[in-house]
Amino acid sequence: MLLRFVVKRILLSIPLLIGITLITFIVSHLVPADPLTAVLPERAWNNPETVQMYRERWGLDRPLHEQYLIYLRNLLRGDLGESYTTRRPVGTDLRLFFPATIELATAAMLYAVIVGMALGVVSAVWNNRLADHLARLIALIGVSLPVFWLGLLALQVFYAKLGLLSGPGRIDTRLVAPPTRTGFYTIDSLLAGQFDVFLNTLYHLILPGIVLGSYAMGIIARMTRSSLLEVLSLDYIRTARAKGLAEQRVVLGHALRNALIPTVTVVGLTFGSLLAGAVLTETIFSWPGIGRYAVDAATKLDLPAILGVTLLIAVVYVIVNLITDILYGILDPRIRVG
Amino acid sequence: MTATTTRVSTTPLAARRPFWESPLGQTVRELARNRAAMIGLGILVFWILVALTVSFIVPFDPLKTDVGNRLSPPSASHWFGTDDLGRDVFKRVLFGSRYSIPAGFLTVLAALMIGSVVGAVAGYLGGWIDNLLMRIADMVLAFPSIVLAMAIAAALGPGLKNALIAIVVVLWPEYARLMRGQVLAVKAHEYVTAAEALGMGRIRLLVRHILPNTQAPIVVKATLDVGAAIVLTAGLSFIGLGAVPPDPEWGAMIREGQRRFSQWWMATFPGLAIFSVVMALNFLGDGLRDALDPRRRGRWA
Repeated sequence: MLLRFVVKRILLSIPLLIGITLITFIVSHLVPADPLTAVLPERAWNNPETVQMYRERWGLDRPLHEQYLIYLRNLLRGDLGESYTTRRPVGTDLRLFFPATIELATAAMLYAVIVGMALGVVSAVWNNRLADHLARLIALIGVSLPVFWLGLLALQVFYAKLGLLSGPGRIDTRLVAPPTRTGFYTIDSLLAGQFDVFLNTLYHLILPGIVLGSYAMGIIARMTRSSLLEVLSLDYIRTARAKGLAEQRVVLGHALRNALIPTVTVVGLTFGSLLAGAVLTETIFSWPGIGRYAVDAATKLDLPAILGVTLLIAVVYVIVNLITDILYGILDPRIRVG
Repeated sequence: MTATTTRVSTTPLAARRPFWESPLGQTVRELARNRAAMIGLGILVFWILVALTVSFIVPFDPLKTDVGNRLSPPSASHWFGTDDLGRDVFKRVLFGSRYSIPAGFLTVLAALMIGSVVGAVAGYLGGWIDNLLMRIADMVLAFPSIVLAMAIAAALGPGLKNALIAIVVVLWPEYARLMRGQVLAVKAHEYVTAAEALGMGRIRLLVRHILPNTQAPIVVKATLDVGAAIVLTAGLSFIGLGAVPPDPEWGAMIREGQRRFSQWWMATFPGLAIFSVVMALNFLGDGLRDALDPRRRGRWA
């Protein structure tokens, strides 16, 4: 039963992945001029042979549907074209920059889940009292702040003015990056036994993590509140209370577990939005991830690089949704039947 | 809100009732009782008035430079300080509303119209048309909005107009989904079957009877989305794909402020403006949701 559900969900996401490539293909053809102008570095135009080679490689002399199939074939080979900002294959760049983004997004997620759920529980338990109003206000502020502005403000206050937290970058400039194994500084530094680098990495994750996570925090708080309120009004909770159970055990032991099920979905969905938010946050914090890579590419209209990032984030988004769906099915058996 | 108004005028029975007992009247009453929503409405009205009147009231060219007075911190003569070309940041923030406010409303309006037509057609006709349209919507929804908007804006080339097109492209599918769901739900009602049995044409049925009954969730979503669209516009300008200097668009101003890190006022005030509008819209949207939801009605009473 569970296996059938899992297989069905995986099969369902394949057309979506194909759809994503269709969209990036269409976007790459939106360029008003010859698509090659977007793909080829300026220097290459002086050499007709190079131009011809690219035309054949991308099949630009063929009909559109054939071009799409060639595009797909190139994608499956991991060929995303060449960035003319870095003059390297986009695939190589993405491998290089992605771990930094994942590390930041994970830190942001941790913050969002812990603070968001705590706020949501406070809100629901003290429904319509001062604590609820305050918690809801904090959540709403989190949802309303433009992330790039919040990042700038946070750097100005906590780093430049107060000197409380770390500045831009993944580690202090006085330190050397740990030897690359996974690309995650937290893991690499521990593997190399460099505890001071590890601590410094964590320290540098705090400010950008909170900034990036603030939106997701607000969403999770709101979701936890409404779903806990819903559960608290159910009959079995009234029964538990009638039996004289302590309120703390009613909320934490009985209600929260069921209230968390819809929240899991939201947590999954927000991870995708965190990757997207990283696009704007990383620029502020000089964070060498795919977000800053994309923004650097955007200012130079480096389309292959931008589309590479777009494609990567969308694919991760679909996969995270898939995992969330499956997790949801495991947590709530009723879903599997549908 | 305007959408709900048409409901009252097209339904003769509701129109004859006193306003306060009509569905719209009840919603308005409920909304007026919600303090946060009223604060939000107030801030929003303030910004709309600023956007409409600032060019008549403030005798000032937002592009005029005064190099002798550059980068001065907030003071009595320059409330929000001046930027690197000596331009007054306070006045530029006021003029910025003429970009962000219409950008938010226009993109959501366009997305709402496109999405509603697509969703209504898909839901009402069903079959392969429904399948095709909804799969297209799914594809677009598979991308986080800022990421796809960035790619489209970059492909079309920088400029506010292209950024707005990109935002409409990423916003319409959710309206299509919402509208389709609503149409499907309403279609199942007996009065639709009755109208069909009476020989009413499909389009007339859709416009006269189905659409007017699908509006509550869409109005709420649109209100919240105006804020999202304003942030998206500012975000695209911030990464250099939206409004271009010297236009005093809020996102573009924050971009300039980022380069002048120690002159904190250059980025802080335009950001505060974005935050106030978005917060106001969220207050209003939440209030509307509560007011339109009959289950939540009376919880405060």
